[in-house]
Parts: sequence; C-alpha cells; structure tokens
Amino acid sequence: MPDEGGKVETAHADAGLAYESSKLGIWIFLGTEVLLFGGLFLAYAVFRIKYPELFHRDHLELNRTLGTVNTVVLICSSLSVAAGITAIRNGKADVLKKSLVVTLLLGATFLAIKYFEWSEDFAHGIYPGTDVFFSLYFMMAGVHGFHVLCGLLVMAWLLVQAGRGRFSAEYSTPVELTGIYWHFVDLVWIYLYPMFYLIG
Amino acid sequence: MSEEKAAQSGPGRGYLEEKGWRSWAYTLDHKRIGVMYLFTTLFFFLLGGVFGMLIRLELLTPGPTFFSDQTYNEMFTMHGSMMIFLFIIPGIPSGLGNFLIPLMIGARDVAFPRLNLASYWLFIMGIIVILFSLAHPMDTGWTFYTPYSAKTAASVTVLSFGIFLVGMSSILTGLNFIVTIHQLRATGMSWLRMPLFIWSMYATSIIQVVATPVIGMTFILLAMERLFGIGLFDPDKGGDPLLFQHFFWFYSHPVVYVMILPAMGAISEIIPTFSRKPIFGYKAIAYSSIAIALAGFLVWGHHMFVAGMSVYADVIFSILTFSVAIPTGVKVFNWIATLYKGSISLDSPMLYALTFIFLFIVGGLTGPFLGSLATDVHLTDTYFVVAHFHYTMMGGTVMGLFAGLHYWFPKLTGRMLDERPAKTAWAIIVVGFNITFFTMFITGMQGMPRRFAEYPEKYQAGNVISSIGAAILAFGILVMFYNYVRCMFRGAPAPADPWRGKTLEWTVPSPPPTENFETIPTVTGWPYSYGGKGDGDA
Amino acid sequence: MKDYQIYVSVWAALLVLTLVTWQVSYIDLGLANAAVALVIASFKASLVALFFMHLRQESRLVWGFAVFPLVILSLIIFGTLSDTLFR
Repeated sequence: MPDEGGKVETAHADAGLAYESSKLGIWIFLGTEVLLFGGLFLAYAVFRIKYPELFHRDHLELNRTLGTVNTVVLICSSLSVAAGITAIRNGKADVLKKSLVVTLLLGATFLAIKYFEWSEDFAHGIYPGTDVFFSLYFMMAGVHGFHVLCGLLVMAWLLVQAGRGRFSAEYSTPVELTGIYWHFVDLVWIYLYPMFYLIG
Repeated sequence: MSEEKAAQSGPGRGYLEEKGWRSWAYTLDHKRIGVMYLFTTLFFFLLGGVFGMLIRLELLTPGPTFFSDQTYNEMFTMHGSMMIFLFIIPGIPSGLGNFLIPLMIGARDVAFPRLNLASYWLFIMGIIVILFSLAHPMDTGWTFYTPYSAKTAASVTVLSFGIFLVGMSSILTGLNFIVTIHQLRATGMSWLRMPLFIWSMYATSIIQVVATPVIGMTFILLAMERLFGIGLFDPDKGGDPLLFQHFFWFYSHPVVYVMILPAMGAISEIIPTFSRKPIFGYKAIAYSSIAIALAGFLVWGHHMFVAGMSVYADVIFSILTFSVAIPTGVKVFNWIATLYKGSISLDSPMLYALTFIFLFIVGGLTGPFLGSLATDVHLTDTYFVVAHFHYTMMGGTVMGLFAGLHYWFPKLTGRMLDERPAKTAWAIIVVGFNITFFTMFITGMQGMPRRFAEYPEKYQAGNVISSIGAAILAFGILVMFYNYVRCMFRGAPAPADPWRGKTLEWTVPSPPPTENFETIPTVTGWPYSYGGKGDGDA
Repeated sequence: MKDYQIYVSVWAALLVLTLVTWQVSYIDLGLANAAVALVIASFKASLVALFFMHLRQESRLVWGFAVFPLVILSLIIFGTLSDTLFR
C-alpha cells in the first residue's frame, strides 16, 4: 500500500480533510444501511423461492399504478436534491432553498400516497401478518418509509440552516451528505418497486 | 498551582484535570469517553459475574436448591446478555480503543468527536431501556431463539429496542474508528508502520459496521413478530424459525471476532515490549487480523449443525469453519516466535498476556471439535461448548483486556499499579479459571447439558469442582479490582513510559494532556524498534 | 450548467426505464419477468449511484466502502440459500 499517511495536523485544521472524512463516513453509514435492509432482502429471497404462487397471487392485490407514481415522485425528488447541491456549490443559496422545498413537498407526497395505499390495504383486510408476502411488504415499505421520514426531517433542518445563511460555495457538507443519503433511499425504493409491485 | 496542591494531586493530571460531572458528560475528548466506556463495561462485567456466581451456586446440587427453574433461566440469560452485549463487545473496542487509537496514530482526537460522545450516550440509553425490560426478566438465553422468544411473557420487545440502541452505538463507534484510521494518521505513519493494535481495531470496526445492522434488523423483526405477528419466523404462518438463527448468527459469529481481535491487538503490543524484541512477522499478524474479520463472515452456519439445516449447508459451513483456524494460528505462532530468545520480563501485563496465549490455544483447539460435524452432534449443547467459549472469551478476550488494563493503567490514570497484588490476583485467577472451566470440558464430554437448572446426579462431582473454581476465580478478580481502585488514588506517579514501549502513546506524559500531542509527531519508523535481528520497517 | 444537463438526462433515463419496467410487467414472460425487472432496477440503481451520488468521481477508498457491503450482502443471501434451497 503506497499510502504515506499523515495528511494534516488536526481534525479541525483542514476543511478539505474534514469534508473528505465526512464523505467517507456517510458512505460507511450507507454500507450499514445496505445490511440493515439486507436482512429483509434475504428474507424476501428465501420466501419468494419457497412460495412463488403465493407471491404471484398477493402482488396482484397491490396498486401497481400508485407504486409507479411513487417511483416517479422519488426520482424527481432525487433530481431536485442533486440540483440543489450543484447550486450551493456555485454559491446560489436561494436555489438551494427552493430545491429543498421542492424535495420536501415530493417526499411528503410519497408518504401521503403510501398512506392512501396502506389505508386501502387495511380496508381490504390486508395487514402485516396476513401472510409472509404482506409481512415483508409492510416491513420493507415501512422501514423504507421511516427512512424517507428521517430524510424529510433532516431536509427541514437544512432548510432552516440555509435560511440562516449557513451554507455557501465554501461550506456545504451537511447538504451533500443529506443528498447522498436521500439518493440512497431512492435507490432502495428502485428495488422495492419491482420486487413487490411488478414481479411478486 | 500551590506546592501543597501539586503534591496532593501527585503527577500532572493531564486530561483528568477538569473536575465535575459536566466536564465528563459533555466531553468530546476521546480519552474521557474511553474511560467512561471502561467504567460502564467493567461495572457490567462485575454484575454479570454475580449472575455467573449465582448459576454456579445453584449447580452445586442436582436438584433445585436455591432458585426455581424459572429464576435460573432468567439468571443465565442475564449472565449471557450482560456479558456479551454490555461488557465484552463494547469493552475493549470502545473503552481501550477510544483511549488509544488517536494516541497511537498521532492524532488529537477521533475523526468525529461529537459522534463519539453520541455513541456513548446511545449506549447508556440502550442500557436504560434494557433495564426496563427487567420488569419481566428475560428467560430465553442470550440467543433469543424463536419461536420461544416470540411467545414468552418476558419483555422481549423492550429488550430488542434496547439492544438495537446498543448496536447503533457500536456501529457509530466502528464508523468513527475506520475514518479516523484512514484520515488522521500522523505524517510518516504508513499502513505498515501502524501499531498492530490499530490493525486489529480496524478489522474489528469493519465487522462492527457491516455485521451489526443485521442483528438490528433481526431484533426489529422479532419485535414486530410480537407486536403484529408478522410470522416470518412462525411455521404456522409459513415462516421459518431457522431463518431467525441465520440472521442471529450472521451477526453473532462475526461478533466473536469483535470480541477477540482487539484483545489480540493488545497482546501484539505487550509481547514485544516485555520481550525487548521486534515483533516477529508484523505483516503476517496485521493481515491475519483482516483475514480473521473476513473469514468470520463465512462460518455462521456452524452454530446450526443440529438445528435442522440442509446437509449441503452443514458440509460447506463445516469446511469453511476450519479456515478461521489458519489466520488465528498465524498469530499464535508469531507471538511465540517473538518470545523466542527475547529478554522476557514477567511484569503483570506480560503474565496476563502469556496466560492469554495459553488459554486461547486451549479454547481455540477445542473449536475444531465443534466445527466437525460428527463430533459436534455429540457435543452440541453440552458443557463442552460452555467450556470452549469461556476459554476463548474469558481466557482470551477478558485476559487480553486485563493484560491491556495492567499495561495501559499508568497511561490511563497517571499512576502505577502495585505489582505484588497484581501478580497475586493473576495467580488466583489462573488457578480458579482453569479449575472452573477445564472441568466443564470433561462434564461436557460426559454429556452434561447446558442451560438446565437440574442435572443427573452422576455429574455432581464435576459441577462442585467447577463451582469451587468459580469461587476462587471471583476472589482473584476482586483482588484485582481492589488493586485497580486503590492504585487509581494511591499509586505511585507514573513516568511517561514505564514499560519502555515504543508506540506513540508512550511519548506523551501519563496521563496525556487534553489534546494529546504538543506538536503532532512525525513518524520515521515502525513502532517495534527494539534493535537486533528483524528490526526495521515491515 | 453541465452538471444540470447530466442530472436532467439521468433523470429522464430513470423515468423512461421506470415506464419500460412498468409496462413490461403487464406482459407475461414467465420467469423472465423477474429477470427483466431486476436488471432494469440494477441499471437504474447504478445510474443513481454513479451520477446522483457522484460515485463516478469518488476515490478508490469510497468505492471500496460502497462495494464491500454488497459482497457481504451476497454472502448472507447465498449462505442462507445454501440451507433453505436444499433442506
């Protein structure tokens, strides 16, 4: 390994190092998220192979159109986050604020649609525990929804901070880290969508 | 500072200078956080030990004597879960690791000091939640196997949440260490100039970061099973109870390397210091840490040989299990080669380190019996298994921790430990430990099952011997802790480098000042330059 | 401006792929349905990771920490399937 170590004197002295460290940190954190969801992906794989008919029958009960709409909503929110980060890198704090508002609205839309879907499921007598497919569906969508919610809370905090002018072309680390996290949440949904709505 | 006051406080107080609980509760200093972890985990070591003693008390007689069967079940669950989740997993990594990593790599602190403090308080929150679960004490054993854990009246749901928090704390600590080791090494400290303790902590952190989330999800699913009956582990609903065991052991096997690797790191520091010789096979020891961490992910199935897993999986996991023995053997041979022709001084840290090697060899070599399918069928769920993991965990990890505590005590507190009580305690502990646990190998092979309050009369002799040994062991540990507490306040002031060690933490005063280094050192060589053959960069 | 163009093209690609995978799901291809859906999902996920999450511009170290968990994930899945498939 050709690494000669020792990039700087202290953790706080060099902004560039702090930024690099934070980015490494968030990627490691996403690694833990992969394995948190990983447990559920494993359970899905095991039961999907064990009960193909059950999965096929049950997945027809889910609302495919709403699932697709939600996928589009999340993809759009990812675009607005990415645009916000580029804006603040160029010092445009007002664009960042707008993009954060758009992201918050899209994220809330996602959760609202989920809420309607789940109400409809409950109305049809579908609950977690109905059978293995729906248990997995509620668990995975639930854990994912919780991540969306956390993301929204952080975005709201970012919006407040941006309002106080804390971010600039020089310092935008929290925005970037949240962005990476948000894209990851989107990425998980990109898998959940076909797994439950399309191929069951 | 007045002269009188200076005399009172003895040596310079370094990072311990500031007084008052706020200076601890809000501290961002990695050393103070490390010390808080040490106090917390050692407290649970003693508490878990009390439960262990109560188990041994009940097992003096074949029938129920002191406790009901239910109480006995609760006690061995307490013993196991406290020792595992609240002592041995966070003990060395979060305690000694926090204290030592920045000092050893020449940094002022970890990469994310606030996150570090948050980890500690998450850990405490987790403990508080776990204490709430004592309202209906757990009786599942520390493994929480379904379907029993999904049905018992004990507060499994509350406990799951508590362990989830403890796990999050563990993940964040691991993340912090990885980034610290990558980003904050002093100038000139290349990977191959890092102390071996750092290598082992790096491997440990990797496991913590990737394995712990799986147990987090396991406990979420267990809680959901109890709250909503999601049925993923319930055969009545099409679920699979063995799936829980896969989940559980995918974390809980790698995590035994979270326990042992840091201890191996501590041993790799102590052996060369007290042999006055460069470490033998630096690269081999360093890379074997990583190899153990990775191989640890391949072998979880060996806990499930008799659980009804497919024969195909049995065979694969059995073969893979033996692969862990290779890097472990590499380490042991290199330590022994380091001792060879060294000028060995038997100070208390070295005594514990040598004990570690001896007991760990016994513990390690009894592993293959359990990893082989045929012998495992006979030995599963007997006291042989109990003896095996106490030799590796207590004889290995805990001896490694004791060795580390004796070695770094001067650095932690600025005072020397009294050698005489330290050595006395060591002798008592070694005798007590072997009487307790070696006997269990024999009773185990005779067929004594684990986890039962009652047993056939023919096993009584062995159990009485084990219980007597446990009393001796407990006495030795009390002597050791008495020595710690007394010397914390009354020990002779420690010089910066009492053991003439070469790693960077010995270049700063004992105890170290708040920001560790006045100027960040520039590293020009490896940390084992004791001269002679084999010296120089790896 | 170049960044925005890249983002918008990635976004458009993601939308198109979503549309495709949605429509394909109504055609009965047997087992191939699952394969197509997962391949498209993986392709979309790579686009998100490479462009939105800037993995494209990251160091080897970050790549390592991005890929390593996936290796471990495949380990746990294949290890467990080695049991459940052959039980």
